[in-house]
Amino acid sequence: MANRFFSREHLIKCLLVVAAFSSLLFLFIIFAFILGEGLPLFYKVGVIKIILGFTWAPTKGFFGIFPMIVSSYMVTLGALIFGAPLALGCATYLSEYASRRMKLFLKPALELLAGIPSVVYGFLGVVYIVPLIREYLGGPGFSILATSAVLGIMILPTIISISFDSLMSVPPTYREASIAMGATKWQTICNVVLPAARSGILASFILGMGRAVGETMAVIMVAGNALRIPMSLLDPLRTLTSNIALELAYAAGDHRSALFSTGVVLLIIIMILNFVANFWVKRKVTG
Amino acid sequence: MRLNPRFTDKFIRGALLFQALFTVSILVFIVFIVFIKGAANITPQFIFSYPEDMGRHGGIFPAILGTVFLAVLSIALATPLGVGTAIYLTEYTKESTLTRIIRFGVESLAGIPSIIYGLFGFIFFVIKLKLGWSLLSGTLTIMIMVLPTIIRTAEEAIKAVPRNLRIVSFSLGATKWETVTKVVLPSAAPGILTGIMLSVGRAVSETAAVIFTMGSSLRLPTSLLDSGRTMAVHFYILAREGISLEKAYATALVLVVSILLINIAAYYTMNKMIGRYS
Repeated sequence: MANRFFSREHLIKCLLVVAAFSSLLFLFIIFAFILGEGLPLFYKVGVIKIILGFTWAPTKGFFGIFPMIVSSYMVTLGALIFGAPLALGCATYLSEYASRRMKLFLKPALELLAGIPSVVYGFLGVVYIVPLIREYLGGPGFSILATSAVLGIMILPTIISISFDSLMSVPPTYREASIAMGATKWQTICNVVLPAARSGILASFILGMGRAVGETMAVIMVAGNALRIPMSLLDPLRTLTSNIALELAYAAGDHRSALFSTGVVLLIIIMILNFVANFWVKRKVTG
Repeated sequence: MRLNPRFTDKFIRGALLFQALFTVSILVFIVFIVFIKGAANITPQFIFSYPEDMGRHGGIFPAILGTVFLAVLSIALATPLGVGTAIYLTEYTKESTLTRIIRFGVESLAGIPSIIYGLFGFIFFVIKLKLGWSLLSGTLTIMIMVLPTIIRTAEEAIKAVPRNLRIVSFSLGATKWETVTKVVLPSAAPGILTGIMLSVGRAVSETAAVIFTMGSSLRLPTSLLDSGRTMAVHFYILAREGISLEKAYATALVLVVSILLINIAAYYTMNKMIGRYS
């Protein structure tokens, strides 16, 4: 009896171990298959010709994705310029000024923004932001500016929730000491709270960038998807993600491999961003 | 010129409040626009009939059911795996290199963008495992994608259960597993449920990972190996290919309302959990 009892507990523990390792297994096969499909082309064509190549004509043997790397970089930076100040303002208001009741209303409302599907953001960008830019600033409207604005809105919830958490983790005694020394609330926030929460806020920006660089469907809709390096804020562009999504359905052979190579580059960028963000968050905990 | 600090203080307070309200107004604007433009086309016929002419006429019944199938199946698979992982991490091990590696895996999965899931699902499930563009390929892809959400929320919920409850259960002679199933999990249930609902929301709103694994067939999937489309995919195709703006807005309305309801329910459940232990 006791023996059977033991073995049942043991079996359950084994099942739980299997469950716990499934995430690692999935991560491994995702990497194995993306790299397995994407890396051979780097050997065949050459890393330089892909990463620094200007021409994307995959059916003719040109696999240059440099314009897309530049475009992804630009819209990610643009999204941060649009989104970060607004998000940080929201987080600061929520943690430092909002009353309990205000918080109870604002926090869920801001989190609901994260639930809106990216296709809806993209579509409303096409209907409202693109024509606005076309009419008042010129160009086709499908542009870096439109994409940055849409992405800037989409990364708000990420930045708000993570920087809010890091602002809330600043001990109240810091604030009390500053107020006791005669500082106003804003002086306290500027000189004490924000510097103390600095690393968490930076991490939130980096994770927001990760969200922006990985976003696909909304970008396809507002970016215009042109195959060249955008020279002005009003030029259309194609990002790494949209390159994959636009052509995957019909690509074959080396063309398809090239889309996986694009995926490899994207994956490397994301991994670097996550690593940096983790590094910052960890430093906050230890220091 | 030096500004009076008290005046600056008031001004900043107003400016920050404005930023917060502006951000909320983006949400209000989106919901408002979708309602105004979509509500007129929402009829019982739109909900319960099949699309005709690529979606130019008719309804979105198969897309609604396709969304439900995908969400229910993928979450049904992800929940035992995710909750099992959370139980293992919190109840069966101490913090060690091993748990750090597992957590690293979960964090990394969470950071991978959905288009990469789409690429992976396409090459692995659709092509290598020869499942084709099918409900099954979509389900397995979305299952992996939502796993980190379920694990992290379940872990938080289980950690919030007071230690005393476990000690009492052990002292009554219960085994570890009995304690987990009869004491810990019931107490953590609302928190776990929150993660499940958030995951359903993600499955419903996802497009990039679904379109390359489940495909975009307009027919109702009747087996696991049938292709189908979700509302999000249907909306994307209607809007991007300019098939019908009216139908696109109506689809967006159904989509946005279902996601808002799911997320509000998740938030409500989480508050119940917080209320229980603090």
